[in-house]
Amino acid sequence: MANTTERLRRTMMFVPGNNPAMIKDAGIFGADSIMFDLEDAVSMAEKDAARYLVYEAITTIDYGDAELVVRINGLDTPYYQNDIKAMVKAGIDVIRLPKVETAAMIHELESLVATAEAEFGCEIGSTNLMAAIESAKGVVNANEIAAASDRMIGIALSAEDYTTDMKTHRYPDGQELLYARNVILHAARAAGIAAFDTVFTNMDDEEGFYRETELIHQLGFDGKSLVNPRQIAMVNKVYQPTEKEIRNAQQVIMAIEQARLKGSGVISMNGQMVDRPVVLRAERVMRLAQATNLVNSEGEYIGK
Amino acid sequence: MEIKKMAMAGTLESSDIQIMLSAGTNGYEFELESDVAKQFGDQIKATITSVLQAYAIDNAKISVVDKGALDLVIKARAVTAVQRALEIVDTPNWEVL
Repeated sequence: MANTTERLRRTMMFVPGNNPAMIKDAGIFGADSIMFDLEDAVSMAEKDAARYLVYEAITTIDYGDAELVVRINGLDTPYYQNDIKAMVKAGIDVIRLPKVETAAMIHELESLVATAEAEFGCEIGSTNLMAAIESAKGVVNANEIAAASDRMIGIALSAEDYTTDMKTHRYPDGQELLYARNVILHAARAAGIAAFDTVFTNMDDEEGFYRETELIHQLGFDGKSLVNPRQIAMVNKVYQPTEKEIRNAQQVIMAIEQARLKGSGVISMNGQMVDRPVVLRAERVMRLAQATNLVNSEGEYIGK
Repeated sequence: MEIKKMAMAGTLESSDIQIMLSAGTNGYEFELESDVAKQFGDQIKATITSVLQAYAIDNAKISVVDKGALDLVIKARAVTAVQRALEIVDTPNWEVL
Protein backbone atom coordinates (compact mmCIF):
# COMPACT_ATOMS: atom_id res chain seq x y z
CA MET A 1 0.00 0.00 0.00
CA ALA A 2 1.43 3.33 -1.03
CA ASN A 3 1.88 5.86 1.75
CA THR A 4 -0.99 8.11 0.75
CA THR A 5 -3.95 6.93 2.78
CA GLU A 6 -4.72 10.36 4.20
CA ARG A 7 -5.16 12.04 0.85
CA LEU A 8 -8.65 13.16 -0.18
CA ARG A 9 -9.65 11.65 -3.49
CA ARG A 10 -13.25 12.75 -4.03
CA THR A 11 -12.89 13.78 -7.63
CA MET A 12 -10.73 12.30 -10.40
CA MET A 13 -11.27 14.33 -13.56
CA PHE A 14 -10.64 12.81 -16.99
CA VAL A 15 -8.70 15.05 -19.38
CA PRO A 16 -8.30 13.90 -23.01
CA GLY A 17 -4.56 13.47 -23.56
CA ASN A 18 -4.36 15.09 -26.99
CA ASN A 19 -6.35 18.25 -26.28
CA PRO A 20 -4.04 21.23 -25.52
CA ALA A 21 -6.85 23.57 -24.46
CA MET A 22 -8.24 21.16 -21.87
CA ILE A 23 -4.81 20.10 -20.62
CA LYS A 24 -3.80 23.74 -20.17
CA ASP A 25 -6.89 24.52 -18.07
CA ALA A 26 -7.16 21.22 -16.17
CA GLY A 27 -5.78 22.69 -12.95
CA ILE A 28 -8.33 25.46 -12.43
CA PHE A 29 -11.37 23.40 -11.46
CA GLY A 30 -10.16 22.16 -8.08
CA ALA A 31 -10.23 18.41 -8.80
CA ASP A 32 -8.47 16.31 -6.15
CA SER A 33 -6.90 14.23 -8.93
CA ILE A 34 -6.39 15.05 -12.60
CA MET A 35 -6.34 12.01 -14.88
CA PHE A 36 -4.76 12.53 -18.28
CA ASP A 37 -6.13 9.94 -20.69
CA LEU A 38 -3.87 8.32 -23.26
CA GLU A 39 -6.31 5.45 -23.83
CA ASP A 40 -9.88 5.74 -25.09
CA ALA A 41 -9.87 9.52 -25.54
CA VAL A 42 -7.02 9.34 -28.05
CA SER A 43 -7.28 7.88 -31.56
CA MET A 44 -4.76 5.24 -32.68
CA ALA A 45 -3.03 7.68 -35.04
CA GLU A 46 -2.39 10.20 -32.25
CA LYS A 47 -1.13 7.97 -29.42
CA ASP A 48 2.43 9.29 -29.78
CA ALA A 49 1.28 12.92 -29.99
CA ALA A 50 -0.81 12.62 -26.81
CA ARG A 51 2.07 10.96 -24.95
CA TYR A 52 4.43 13.90 -25.60
CA LEU A 53 1.75 16.52 -24.98
CA VAL A 54 0.97 15.03 -21.57
CA TYR A 55 4.70 14.65 -20.88
CA GLU A 56 5.32 18.35 -21.57
CA ALA A 57 2.26 19.37 -19.53
CA ILE A 58 3.29 17.37 -16.46
CA THR A 59 6.85 18.65 -16.55
CA THR A 60 5.88 22.28 -17.25
CA ILE A 61 2.49 23.21 -15.78
CA ASP A 62 1.97 23.72 -12.04
CA TYR A 63 -1.24 21.85 -11.17
CA GLY A 64 -1.05 22.85 -7.52
CA ASP A 65 -2.01 20.23 -4.95
CA ALA A 66 -3.84 17.98 -7.42
CA GLU A 67 -2.63 14.42 -7.67
CA LEU A 68 -1.57 13.74 -11.27
CA VAL A 69 -2.71 10.46 -12.76
CA VAL A 70 -2.33 9.13 -16.28
CA ARG A 71 -4.42 6.39 -17.84
CA ILE A 72 -2.03 4.52 -20.11
CA ASN A 73 -2.93 2.12 -22.90
CA GLY A 74 -3.51 -1.51 -21.93
CA LEU A 75 -0.73 -4.08 -21.87
CA ASP A 76 -2.13 -5.80 -24.98
CA THR A 77 -1.44 -2.66 -27.06
CA PRO A 78 1.78 -1.57 -28.80
CA TYR A 79 1.68 1.76 -26.87
CA TYR A 80 1.90 0.28 -23.38
CA GLN A 81 5.68 0.24 -22.88
CA ASN A 82 6.39 3.69 -24.36
CA ASP A 83 3.52 5.16 -22.33
CA ILE A 84 5.12 3.80 -19.16
CA LYS A 85 8.58 5.11 -20.02
CA ALA A 86 7.36 8.59 -20.92
CA MET A 87 5.16 8.94 -17.84
CA VAL A 88 7.78 7.64 -15.41
CA LYS A 89 10.33 10.03 -16.91
CA ALA A 90 7.83 12.88 -16.55
CA GLY A 91 7.49 12.07 -12.84
CA ILE A 92 3.76 11.30 -12.84
CA ASP A 93 2.26 10.58 -9.40
CA VAL A 94 0.09 7.63 -10.43
CA ILE A 95 -0.19 5.32 -13.46
CA ARG A 96 -3.70 3.97 -13.96
CA LEU A 97 -3.83 0.67 -15.85
CA PRO A 98 -7.11 -0.06 -17.65
CA LYS A 99 -8.83 -3.44 -17.96
CA VAL A 100 -7.00 -5.10 -15.07
CA GLU A 101 -8.08 -8.71 -14.50
CA THR A 102 -5.26 -10.30 -12.48
CA ALA A 103 -2.55 -9.43 -9.99
CA ALA A 104 -0.03 -10.63 -12.60
CA MET A 105 -0.93 -7.63 -14.79
CA ILE A 106 -0.03 -5.29 -11.93
CA HIS A 107 3.20 -7.22 -11.29
CA GLU A 108 4.19 -6.82 -14.93
CA LEU A 109 3.41 -3.11 -14.82
CA GLU A 110 5.34 -2.70 -11.59
CA SER A 111 8.42 -4.35 -13.01
CA LEU A 112 8.38 -2.15 -16.15
CA VAL A 113 7.85 0.95 -13.99
CA ALA A 114 10.81 -0.01 -11.77
CA THR A 115 13.00 -0.54 -14.85
CA ALA A 116 12.00 2.88 -16.21
CA GLU A 117 12.67 4.54 -12.84
CA ALA A 118 16.18 3.09 -12.88
CA GLU A 119 16.73 4.07 -16.53
CA PHE A 120 15.71 7.70 -16.00
CA GLY A 121 17.27 8.16 -12.58
CA CYS A 122 13.96 8.50 -10.72
CA GLU A 123 13.68 7.38 -7.13
CA ILE A 124 12.72 3.68 -7.15
CA GLY A 125 9.17 3.38 -5.86
CA SER A 126 8.24 7.01 -6.56
CA THR A 127 5.61 6.10 -9.19
CA ASN A 128 2.34 4.86 -7.71
CA LEU A 129 -0.14 2.59 -9.45
CA MET A 130 -3.87 2.09 -9.62
CA ALA A 131 -6.08 -0.40 -11.45
CA ALA A 132 -9.33 0.04 -13.32
CA ILE A 133 -11.59 -2.98 -13.11
CA GLU A 134 -13.76 -3.37 -16.17
CA SER A 135 -14.83 -7.04 -16.35
CA ALA A 136 -16.36 -9.87 -14.35
CA LYS A 137 -12.93 -11.47 -14.07
CA GLY A 138 -11.49 -8.26 -12.67
CA VAL A 139 -14.22 -8.07 -10.03
CA VAL A 140 -13.71 -11.72 -9.07
CA ASN A 141 -9.96 -11.04 -8.65
CA ALA A 142 -10.36 -7.62 -7.01
CA ASN A 143 -8.74 -8.70 -3.73
CA GLU A 144 -5.50 -9.92 -5.28
CA ILE A 145 -5.39 -6.91 -7.63
CA ALA A 146 -5.81 -4.41 -4.78
CA ALA A 147 -3.07 -6.09 -2.77
CA ALA A 148 -0.76 -6.78 -5.75
CA SER A 149 1.84 -4.11 -5.01
CA ASP A 150 3.05 -1.67 -2.37
CA ARG A 151 2.72 0.98 -5.05
CA MET A 152 -1.05 0.55 -5.36
CA ILE A 153 -3.05 3.59 -4.20
CA GLY A 154 -6.49 2.62 -5.45
CA ILE A 155 -8.83 0.61 -7.62
CA ALA A 156 -11.63 1.96 -9.75
CA LEU A 157 -14.77 0.52 -11.24
CA SER A 158 -15.26 1.21 -14.93
CA ALA A 159 -18.90 0.47 -15.54
CA GLU A 160 -19.33 0.77 -19.30
CA ASP A 161 -17.08 -2.19 -20.14
CA TYR A 162 -18.17 -4.06 -17.02
CA THR A 163 -21.89 -3.92 -17.77
CA THR A 164 -21.23 -5.00 -21.36
CA ASP A 165 -19.20 -7.95 -20.07
CA MET A 166 -22.10 -8.80 -17.74
CA LYS A 167 -24.57 -8.77 -20.67
CA THR A 168 -26.47 -5.82 -19.27
CA HIS A 169 -26.21 -2.03 -19.45
CA ARG A 170 -26.46 0.81 -16.97
CA TYR A 171 -29.81 1.48 -15.32
CA PRO A 172 -30.85 4.58 -13.34
CA ASP A 173 -31.05 2.70 -10.04
CA GLY A 174 -27.58 1.12 -10.35
CA GLN A 175 -28.70 -2.36 -9.20
CA GLU A 176 -26.56 -3.93 -11.93
CA LEU A 177 -23.42 -2.41 -10.29
CA LEU A 178 -24.24 -3.18 -6.67
CA TYR A 179 -22.15 -6.36 -6.42
CA ALA A 180 -19.14 -4.95 -8.27
CA ARG A 181 -19.19 -1.75 -6.20
CA ASN A 182 -19.23 -3.66 -2.93
CA VAL A 183 -16.53 -6.10 -4.01
CA ILE A 184 -14.23 -3.33 -5.21
CA LEU A 185 -14.84 -1.28 -2.10
CA HIS A 186 -14.08 -4.22 0.19
CA ALA A 187 -10.96 -5.16 -1.77
CA ALA A 188 -9.74 -1.57 -1.50
CA ARG A 189 -10.45 -1.25 2.21
CA ALA A 190 -8.88 -4.64 2.98
CA ALA A 191 -5.74 -3.56 1.14
CA GLY A 192 -5.81 -0.08 2.70
CA ILE A 193 -6.15 1.77 -0.60
CA ALA A 194 -8.71 4.09 -2.20
CA ALA A 195 -11.88 3.06 -4.04
CA PHE A 196 -13.14 5.11 -6.99
CA ASP A 197 -16.57 4.83 -8.50
CA THR A 198 -17.25 4.89 -12.24
CA VAL A 199 -18.07 7.89 -14.41
CA PHE A 200 -21.58 9.24 -14.94
CA THR A 201 -21.79 10.42 -18.52
CA ASN A 202 -25.26 11.93 -18.96
CA MET A 203 -24.58 15.60 -18.24
CA ASP A 204 -28.28 16.46 -18.64
CA ASP A 205 -29.34 14.20 -15.76
CA GLU A 206 -28.27 16.18 -12.71
CA GLU A 207 -30.71 14.38 -10.45
CA GLY A 208 -29.30 11.01 -11.56
CA PHE A 209 -25.78 12.21 -10.89
CA TYR A 210 -26.65 13.28 -7.33
CA ARG A 211 -28.51 10.01 -6.72
CA GLU A 212 -25.49 7.96 -7.80
CA THR A 213 -22.99 10.11 -5.89
CA GLU A 214 -25.06 9.93 -2.70
CA LEU A 215 -25.19 6.14 -3.04
CA ILE A 216 -21.42 5.70 -3.45
CA HIS A 217 -20.80 8.19 -0.62
CA GLN A 218 -23.08 6.15 1.62
CA LEU A 219 -21.31 2.91 0.64
CA GLY A 220 -17.94 4.43 1.55
CA PHE A 221 -16.18 5.16 -1.75
CA ASP A 222 -13.38 7.75 -1.62
CA GLY A 223 -14.84 9.42 -4.68
CA LYS A 224 -15.69 9.23 -8.33
CA SER A 225 -14.14 9.43 -11.76
CA LEU A 226 -15.59 12.41 -13.64
CA VAL A 227 -15.89 13.39 -17.27
CA ASN A 228 -16.86 17.03 -16.85
CA PRO A 229 -15.46 19.73 -14.52
CA ARG A 230 -19.04 20.79 -13.70
CA GLN A 231 -19.39 17.56 -11.73
CA ILE A 232 -16.58 18.46 -9.29
CA ALA A 233 -18.64 20.91 -7.23
CA MET A 234 -21.54 18.44 -7.23
CA VAL A 235 -19.41 15.63 -5.78
CA ASN A 236 -17.80 17.95 -3.24
CA LYS A 237 -21.28 19.04 -2.12
CA VAL A 238 -22.28 15.43 -1.44
CA TYR A 239 -19.02 14.75 0.44
CA GLN A 240 -19.21 17.98 2.44
CA PRO A 241 -19.86 17.35 6.14
CA THR A 242 -22.75 19.04 7.95
CA GLU A 243 -22.22 21.67 10.64
CA LYS A 244 -23.34 19.14 13.26
CA GLU A 245 -20.78 16.60 12.02
CA ILE A 246 -18.03 19.20 12.12
CA ARG A 247 -18.91 20.42 15.65
CA ASN A 248 -19.01 16.82 16.83
CA ALA A 249 -15.67 16.05 15.19
CA GLN A 250 -14.10 19.09 16.84
CA GLN A 251 -15.32 17.90 20.24
CA VAL A 252 -14.00 14.39 19.62
CA ILE A 253 -10.57 15.66 18.61
CA MET A 254 -10.43 18.02 21.58
CA ALA A 255 -11.56 15.30 23.98
CA ILE A 256 -9.05 12.76 22.72
CA GLU A 257 -6.28 15.34 22.97
CA GLN A 258 -7.17 15.97 26.62
CA ALA A 259 -7.31 12.22 27.21
CA ARG A 260 -3.88 11.85 25.65
CA LEU A 261 -2.47 14.53 27.97
CA LYS A 262 -3.86 12.57 30.90
CA GLY A 263 -2.30 9.39 29.53
CA SER A 264 -5.56 7.63 28.69
CA GLY A 265 -6.49 6.05 25.32
CA VAL A 266 -10.25 5.87 25.65
CA ILE A 267 -12.58 8.59 26.88
CA SER A 268 -16.24 9.21 27.25
CA MET A 269 -17.87 12.22 25.62
CA ASN A 270 -21.53 13.13 26.25
CA GLY A 271 -21.98 9.66 27.70
CA GLN A 272 -20.58 7.87 24.63
CA MET A 273 -17.31 6.01 24.36
CA VAL A 274 -14.80 7.65 22.05
CA ASP A 275 -12.26 5.20 20.70
CA ARG A 276 -9.99 4.97 17.70
CA PRO A 277 -12.59 4.48 14.90
CA VAL A 278 -14.55 7.46 16.19
CA VAL A 279 -11.39 9.59 16.20
CA LEU A 280 -10.40 8.46 12.68
CA ARG A 281 -13.87 9.36 11.44
CA ALA A 282 -13.65 12.75 13.13
CA GLU A 283 -10.29 13.42 11.50
CA ARG A 284 -11.72 12.56 8.09
CA VAL A 285 -14.67 14.90 8.71
CA MET A 286 -12.22 17.70 9.52
CA ARG A 287 -10.18 17.03 6.36
CA LEU A 288 -13.36 17.17 4.28
CA ALA A 289 -14.41 20.35 6.11
CA GLN A 290 -11.06 21.97 5.38
CA ALA A 291 -11.21 20.92 1.72
CA THR A 292 -14.64 22.53 1.34
CA ASN A 293 -13.59 25.67 3.26
CA LEU A 294 -16.05 25.09 6.08
CA VAL A 295 -13.36 25.61 8.72
CA ASN A 296 -10.49 28.11 8.87
CA SER A 297 -6.84 27.24 9.36
CA GLU A 298 -7.41 27.08 13.12
CA GLY A 299 -10.11 24.45 12.61
CA GLU A 300 -12.95 26.83 13.60
CA TYR A 301 -16.30 26.44 11.83
CA ILE A 302 -16.90 29.27 9.35
CA GLY A 303 -19.76 27.87 7.25
CA LYS A 304 -23.17 29.51 7.32
CA MET B 1 19.82 13.05 -39.23
CA GLU B 2 17.90 13.17 -42.49
CA ILE B 3 14.15 13.51 -42.70
CA LYS B 4 12.88 10.24 -44.15
CA LYS B 5 9.31 11.24 -44.94
CA MET B 6 6.97 14.18 -44.78
CA ALA B 7 5.28 14.25 -41.37
CA MET B 8 2.71 16.34 -39.56
CA ALA B 9 1.65 16.75 -35.93
CA GLY B 10 -0.95 18.84 -34.13
CA THR B 11 -4.36 20.17 -35.10
CA LEU B 12 -5.97 23.47 -36.08
CA GLU B 13 -7.97 23.69 -32.87
CA SER B 14 -7.60 26.61 -30.49
CA SER B 15 -4.47 26.42 -28.26
CA ASP B 16 -2.88 23.90 -30.64
CA ILE B 17 -0.30 24.20 -33.41
CA GLN B 18 0.12 22.19 -36.59
CA ILE B 19 3.67 21.50 -37.66
CA MET B 20 4.55 19.91 -41.01
CA LEU B 21 8.10 18.76 -41.72
CA SER B 22 9.60 17.78 -45.04
CA ALA B 23 13.09 17.22 -46.34
CA GLY B 24 15.09 20.34 -47.14
CA THR B 25 18.50 21.24 -48.51
CA ASN B 26 19.10 24.72 -47.19
CA GLY B 27 19.04 24.78 -43.36
CA TYR B 28 15.67 25.50 -41.71
CA GLU B 29 13.12 27.02 -44.08
CA PHE B 30 10.13 28.24 -42.06
CA GLU B 31 6.68 29.12 -43.27
CA LEU B 32 4.65 30.45 -40.32
CA GLU B 33 1.00 31.36 -40.08
CA SER B 34 -0.16 32.77 -36.73
CA ASP B 35 -2.39 35.56 -35.43
CA VAL B 36 0.40 36.38 -33.02
CA ALA B 37 3.28 36.03 -35.52
CA LYS B 38 4.43 39.60 -34.84
CA GLN B 39 4.72 39.11 -31.08
CA PHE B 40 5.66 35.43 -30.85
CA GLY B 41 6.82 34.35 -34.32
CA ASP B 42 10.51 34.32 -33.37
CA GLN B 43 9.80 32.41 -30.16
CA ILE B 44 7.71 29.78 -31.96
CA LYS B 45 10.52 29.27 -34.49
CA ALA B 46 13.13 29.14 -31.73
CA THR B 47 11.25 26.40 -29.86
CA ILE B 48 10.88 24.28 -33.01
CA THR B 49 14.50 24.95 -33.97
CA SER B 50 15.78 23.72 -30.61
CA VAL B 51 13.86 20.45 -31.04
CA LEU B 52 15.24 19.97 -34.58
CA GLN B 53 18.75 20.63 -33.28
CA ALA B 54 18.29 18.16 -30.42
CA TYR B 55 17.64 15.48 -33.05
CA ALA B 56 20.61 16.70 -35.11
CA ILE B 57 18.46 17.58 -38.12
CA ASP B 58 20.34 20.10 -40.26
CA ASN B 59 17.95 20.68 -43.13
CA ALA B 60 14.16 20.85 -43.10
CA LYS B 61 11.19 22.66 -44.56
CA ILE B 62 8.89 23.56 -41.66
CA SER B 63 5.35 24.68 -42.30
CA VAL B 64 3.58 25.94 -39.16
CA VAL B 65 -0.02 26.98 -38.46
CA ASP B 66 -0.28 28.29 -34.91
CA LYS B 67 -3.60 28.63 -33.10
CA GLY B 68 -2.29 30.23 -29.94
CA ALA B 69 -0.28 27.28 -28.60
CA LEU B 70 1.72 27.53 -25.40
CA ASP B 71 5.43 26.80 -25.59
CA LEU B 72 4.97 23.32 -24.09
CA VAL B 73 2.44 22.46 -26.82
CA ILE B 74 4.81 23.71 -29.55
CA LYS B 75 7.57 21.54 -28.13
CA ALA B 76 5.33 18.45 -27.83
CA ARG B 77 4.06 18.83 -31.40
CA ALA B 78 7.59 19.41 -32.72
CA VAL B 79 8.87 16.28 -30.97
CA THR B 80 5.96 14.27 -32.40
CA ALA B 81 6.49 15.60 -35.94
CA VAL B 82 10.25 14.93 -35.82
CA GLN B 83 9.85 11.38 -34.55
CA ARG B 84 7.30 10.69 -37.27
CA ALA B 85 9.56 12.25 -39.93
CA LEU B 86 12.52 10.16 -38.75
CA GLU B 87 10.33 7.05 -38.49
CA ILE B 88 11.31 6.43 -34.86
CA VAL B 89 7.80 6.62 -33.36
CA ASP B 90 8.07 3.17 -31.79
CA THR B 91 11.65 3.61 -30.57
CA PRO B 92 11.76 7.25 -29.49
CA ASN B 93 14.86 9.10 -28.39
CA TRP B 94 14.13 9.62 -24.67
CA GLU B 95 17.09 11.95 -24.06
CA VAL B 96 15.45 14.69 -26.11
CA LEU B 97 12.39 15.01 -23.86
